Amino acid sequence: MFTSTMFASILPEILILILGMLVLIVEPFWKEEKRRNVGWLTAGGLLATMVISLLFGQPGQPTATLGGMIRFDWLGFFFKLLFMFAGAATALLLMDNEKVGRRGEAYVLLLASLLGMNLMAVSSNLVMLYLAIETTSIPLYVLAGFMVGDNKSVEAGFKYLLYGVLTSTFMLYGFSLVFGFSGTADLYQLAEMFKVGELSLVAAFAVLALILVGIGFKVSIVPFHFWAPDVYEGAPTPIAGFLSTASKAAGFAVLVRLFFVAFPGRDLASSWTIALAILSAVTMTVGNLLALPQTNIKRLLAFSSVAHAGYVLIGVVAFSKLGAASVVFYLAAYIVTNLLAFGVAMAFSKVTGFEDLKDYAGMSRRNPALALMMLAAFLSLTGMPPFGGFVAKVIVFAAGVQAGYVWLVVVGIINSMIGVYYYLNALKYVYLYRMPNEDEENHPVPLTRPYAIALAILAIGVVLIGVVFAPWFGWSDAAAMNLF
Amino acid sequence: MNFPVLSVITFTPIVAALIILLLPPQRKNEARAVALAAATFALLLSLWVYLQYLTQHMTGYQFVEKYTWLNISPLVISLHFGVDGISAPLVLLTGVVMFTGVLISWGDDNPHVMAGIQDRPREFFAFLFILAWGVLGVFVSLDLFMLFFFYEIAVFPMYLLIVIWGWNVTREYAAMKLTLYLFIGSVVSLVGVLVMYWAHAQNTGVPTFDMIAMEGAGFSVPFQIIWFLPVFLGFAVLGGIWPFHNWSPDGHVAAPTAVSMFHAGVLMKLGAFAALRVGIMLLPEGAKYWSWLIMLFAAIAVVYGAYIAFVQMDFKYMVGFSSVSHMGLVMLGFSTLNREGLLGSGLQMFSHGVMTALFFAVVGMIYDRAHTRQIPELGGMNKVMPFATIGFIIGGLVSMGMPLFSGFIAEFPIFMGVWGRQWLVAVICSISIIITAGYIMRNIRQVFFGELPENLHGHMSDITVLDKVAITTLCLFMVGIGLFPRFMVPMVATGVENILRLLGGQ
Repeated sequence: MFTSTMFASILPEILILILGMLVLIVEPFWKEEKRRNVGWLTAGGLLATMVISLLFGQPGQPTATLGGMIRFDWLGFFFKLLFMFAGAATALLLMDNEKVGRRGEAYVLLLASLLGMNLMAVSSNLVMLYLAIETTSIPLYVLAGFMVGDNKSVEAGFKYLLYGVLTSTFMLYGFSLVFGFSGTADLYQLAEMFKVGELSLVAAFAVLALILVGIGFKVSIVPFHFWAPDVYEGAPTPIAGFLSTASKAAGFAVLVRLFFVAFPGRDLASSWTIALAILSAVTMTVGNLLALPQTNIKRLLAFSSVAHAGYVLIGVVAFSKLGAASVVFYLAAYIVTNLLAFGVAMAFSKVTGFEDLKDYAGMSRRNPALALMMLAAFLSLTGMPPFGGFVAKVIVFAAGVQAGYVWLVVVGIINSMIGVYYYLNALKYVYLYRMPNEDEENHPVPLTRPYAIALAILAIGVVLIGVVFAPWFGWSDAAAMNLF
Repeated sequence: MNFPVLSVITFTPIVAALIILLLPPQRKNEARAVALAAATFALLLSLWVYLQYLTQHMTGYQFVEKYTWLNISPLVISLHFGVDGISAPLVLLTGVVMFTGVLISWGDDNPHVMAGIQDRPREFFAFLFILAWGVLGVFVSLDLFMLFFFYEIAVFPMYLLIVIWGWNVTREYAAMKLTLYLFIGSVVSLVGVLVMYWAHAQNTGVPTFDMIAMEGAGFSVPFQIIWFLPVFLGFAVLGGIWPFHNWSPDGHVAAPTAVSMFHAGVLMKLGAFAALRVGIMLLPEGAKYWSWLIMLFAAIAVVYGAYIAFVQMDFKYMVGFSSVSHMGLVMLGFSTLNREGLLGSGLQMFSHGVMTALFFAVVGMIYDRAHTRQIPELGGMNKVMPFATIGFIIGGLVSMGMPLFSGFIAEFPIFMGVWGRQWLVAVICSISIIITAGYIMRNIRQVFFGELPENLHGHMSDITVLDKVAITTLCLFMVGIGLFPRFMVPMVATGVENILRLLGGQ
């Protein structure tokens, strides 16, 4: 029987599917030079989907729908909104990418992976979860290697594919062991069995480790981060931005649901929180230290995104309502911030063709507005007010301190200090250095309309999250509520 | 009090910064005009607040505004503004420095003079005002989260201001050093603040960042002893406390004139103020336990800073180290934890802020025209800029602690307080007064009197009218407080009463 709740629970996915079909149908009828307009269609369609979902698809009490495959709650819903926002921004940023922007397939693949992400956020069954993860990953493998003929892009695609397949087999093995031990693949039934003590904790811990390999790859925590810099550098920049934001957030959506819901209980939690705390400390430190010597902006952002995964983990480690809320809030702030950072890099390299930091010299004279947006993005990544990154970091740290992980928070703040160095160093190129032997006033960096719109929205978003943080935190809190 | 005057003061700079950023880049004079209008507006309002507080004989926190900003258990953050006898003068100080800083940065059309900000003034004023926004926010915030929020806002524009418009020899090094020091200090305090937040929530069952509520948190004595040092020292880094003062002279020297004024005049007070408000007022038992250590650090800063200032050949470094010495006196006053010492510190924060802003302004005017700051290469400045000479001499007298000037009103109680606590420290620190007198008088003679060096003939010009307005404004406050201490002393005393109450009465 198909009830209205069931329909509401997958309303965004249905709409995305329709949108994807529409793109496929419409695209061949457009002339080559007008084909970039598919980007407008995709972004507009995603915004419409967000609005319609907010109007008709809001979850009430958490319910299991579609035979227990889907959990219809605020956690999933809020994540879906985030993914769709990121997808819309990415579609806009794709439009003026020379090699990708006029290929309708790129937008369809983007929508397909978005569909997978949405399902990742709501899956409450291991089988469904695995399907969702693969639906997300396979289009992304293709997108990363989309620029055929560009060796780096092909390398990126292959590398991403190989790592992805390898880690996902580990995860699948873990899933099958869970099923073998317990006889169920439903996360919420699993949780019940742990509560009454039917399952052995040692086995559970081993299984968790296997699953963590798969998710660790998705969210790029050390030691599963090796793919990130190469893939980000080689992939088309909008896709790199999408990988580092939405894809990472989707991984965390799974992580919190799995760890908070399916493997709770103080005995078990106390062991995996310690393990995750160590991973978090290592991830932050390695990411930040490796970001220090980078000269390519995409590689810099790649390592910085590894480091940010470490900060988010502090919230997971805290294993409290505030911790979960801080994870969601951090991801929201991070998605907007990092998309802005990648967006600026894209807009700049579209005109100049360069991606090295040293080529950013004189940017503030060539386009002051773009320089200001880069300032906002990088300061937000640093964790400076009044940008989103500051509040997000403080809340994550607050959750860490509340849970008694003061040492981890101290590691976090030491890492923030390393971050200050390389983020500000990048801004030095933008604001201080000048182009060698040239009058940079004569080399403006114009923004096309899709860039201008996407970047303006993202920049306003970064400030808004950092100043008027109550509504966003309220939503994050409502989402976190569903975990306990 | 229905008119939200403190919010208006605090948010004037950021609104002005946004307006300035929306102007087209080539509209330099419009950007300057908006900046000046906003600074004047903020100065007048802060003066009004100050005079209201003074003439109405107010005590405690006044002009209080409170708006809930985030109330989702377990995080409770409110926009809680208010001033007391300690912070009202500091708000006024910020207004004064903002106003004079904008005047100084206006620029000079004389082709020989590279004064003011000619390169990208739009961005300069916008960043300067974001800095001012953060500073004002810290002084008026009664909510710990918001205090921290504004504190961080005051840190990052410094980096850009120094690195973009600073002295091109050391700016990259100095800006990064300064930012790292300040950021390290602030995040160390952050850990302490978060620990205090949860401890308060546990003790009282009511989580809140509100500092007035946290004053009654009843933290246990061992807790206070453990967390006082990270919190106090973390904030005091920005106050230039020895041995974490190293960023400060480098930063002063590399910064453009208006930023040096802000930096030494207001920003260092920010550190001292936050250390007082969060460290001493919320963790009084910790303050009592560690006061000897703070006194030791402060005493070293006072004497050592003065001595290093004495041997400097670079005019701006000399002023920079004299700031370390004078801020040491503020910390010394804090460490006494008695009425006289705290009163003196409160006064010294204002007095030193105005005085050092004046110093940096004059040094900047000289450097813009002579293109050197080496003291032996300068001379005879009173022949070309008599007005600046008079200003510097008044500042010098304040710096030496001469009676009839604000410096005396501030330093005398500090030494009284220290004498009451530990007479030996008072004796040792009083050496700094002699050293200060030494370097100030030597520099006045060398730089302002005597013959103008050959190579400076011809391309020296007098300072502009705007510069004179700025110098006059600053001198007015130094002489005014010196001649009529009753304009400030009773007010600061009410603020000190509140601190003493938290310390358990003395």
